[in-house]
Amino acid sequence: MRTRGHGRVNVTVRLPAALRELARGEKAIEVELDDGPATVATVLDALAARLPAVERRIRDETGLLRRHVNVFVGDTNVRDGAGLAEPLLDGAEIQVIPAVSGG
Amino acid sequence: MLLMIGTRKGLWLARSDDDRTTWQFDGPHFLMQEIPAAAIDPRGGRTRLLVGARSEHWGPSVFHSDDLGASWHEPEGGAVRFPPEADAAVAAIWQLRPDAAERPGVVWAGTEPSALWRSDDGGEKFSLVEGLWEHPHRKSWEPGGGGQAIHTVLPHPNDDARVLVAMSTGGVYTTADGGRSWDPSNQGIKAYFLPDPWPEYGQCVHKVARDPSDPERLFAQNHHGVYRSDDGGSTWSSIADGLPSDFGFAMVAHPARGATAWVAPLVADGERIPPDGALKVWRTDDAGDSWASVSAGLPESGFYASVLRDAFTVDDVADSAGLYLGSRDGSVYVSADEGGNWAEIARHLPDVLCVRAATVA
Repeated sequence: MRTRGHGRVNVTVRLPAALRELARGEKAIEVELDDGPATVATVLDALAARLPAVERRIRDETGLLRRHVNVFVGDTNVRDGAGLAEPLLDGAEIQVIPAVSGG
Repeated sequence: MLLMIGTRKGLWLARSDDDRTTWQFDGPHFLMQEIPAAAIDPRGGRTRLLVGARSEHWGPSVFHSDDLGASWHEPEGGAVRFPPEADAAVAAIWQLRPDAAERPGVVWAGTEPSALWRSDDGGEKFSLVEGLWEHPHRKSWEPGGGGQAIHTVLPHPNDDARVLVAMSTGGVYTTADGGRSWDPSNQGIKAYFLPDPWPEYGQCVHKVARDPSDPERLFAQNHHGVYRSDDGGSTWSSIADGLPSDFGFAMVAHPARGATAWVAPLVADGERIPPDGALKVWRTDDAGDSWASVSAGLPESGFYASVLRDAFTVDDVADSAGLYLGSRDGSVYVSADEGGNWAEIARHLPDVLCVRAATVA
């Protein structure tokens, strides 16, 4: 049964090509949260402990999502939902995608 | 000679083995990252390259290379990051400045937002200089056109307790106690854009350079105004007479000879192109009492690109200093004879944000 928000939750974080080298070539990172609320923020906290060079490219040092980085849970851009507080179900998939920006 | 060219979309390295006549290019490094700051640090028995890079997506960092750019590294935990209690995030690295030869591990960084950082491990990991960050003036420093940043860091060559910084806007600040306390140091610099044009602070100083023969003598290019200080920045007086314009961004001092400096004027704040469509460099040999154009070989017409504050630099050849100038149209010009003759060595690069050059083995 899928649990929402608490208990053991496994999440897959899919990385864009630009961040894979910093993740030792991995396209996706499996994150397991044992307790407490499961949100995008807590997944990124766990990522910070394992792959700090990846996490700090997604969030700045105040904890905010970088302006031109989008994080999707399923098909939902978290900016259109609860932001980094977006709750996660066991088995959720997070995609980190650079925004189409720049010149 | 190694030349680092930081652009809006990456870093190029150029190398000359024939007294700065022909150049071999290598790049881009950090493709699609803006490189507003670079440094070549020959201290400590090795040549270390430093870059401040900023990805529009992934944020800023400082990278170092001890193999002349073959590989680049940053610390696992990041190079320049505010502590949590600061509640701020580094937006960009605007300046990287190795300290004096006698202090080989010390490297300074200036960032946006305006903060000064010190590294004691050769530019790998930087710590916030809290004395300046906590300055009561900070809340009234306003962003200039490019952002609110410290773009100039000048450690005193003979006194490790003294450092000068400059920011846009805010102006010049100095410390005499190793960074614990800071005082504005702008007396005589005009801020025409404020109701009181002679404030204690708030000036838009664009670049400051230190005279190599007298560390108390400083040259400054201001947002309108060119100045000299003979007392370590306590007071400033205009040296703009003789220049075609007092607007510009860069100020370059000779690496060894006193009283010698160069500027690259633009018309005005509201007209940021070279006068008469001609790219010209102006030189003084008497600490700003007089100026002469030293522009043979630079474009004489149809040139409308500006030269940014760190896109003009000098190398370390004491008896015939090389000058390096990059522009926002991606051109790079070199003079191996202190401005006597110039040659274009690159064109069609992305906007040049910074150049740095030094003799390497």
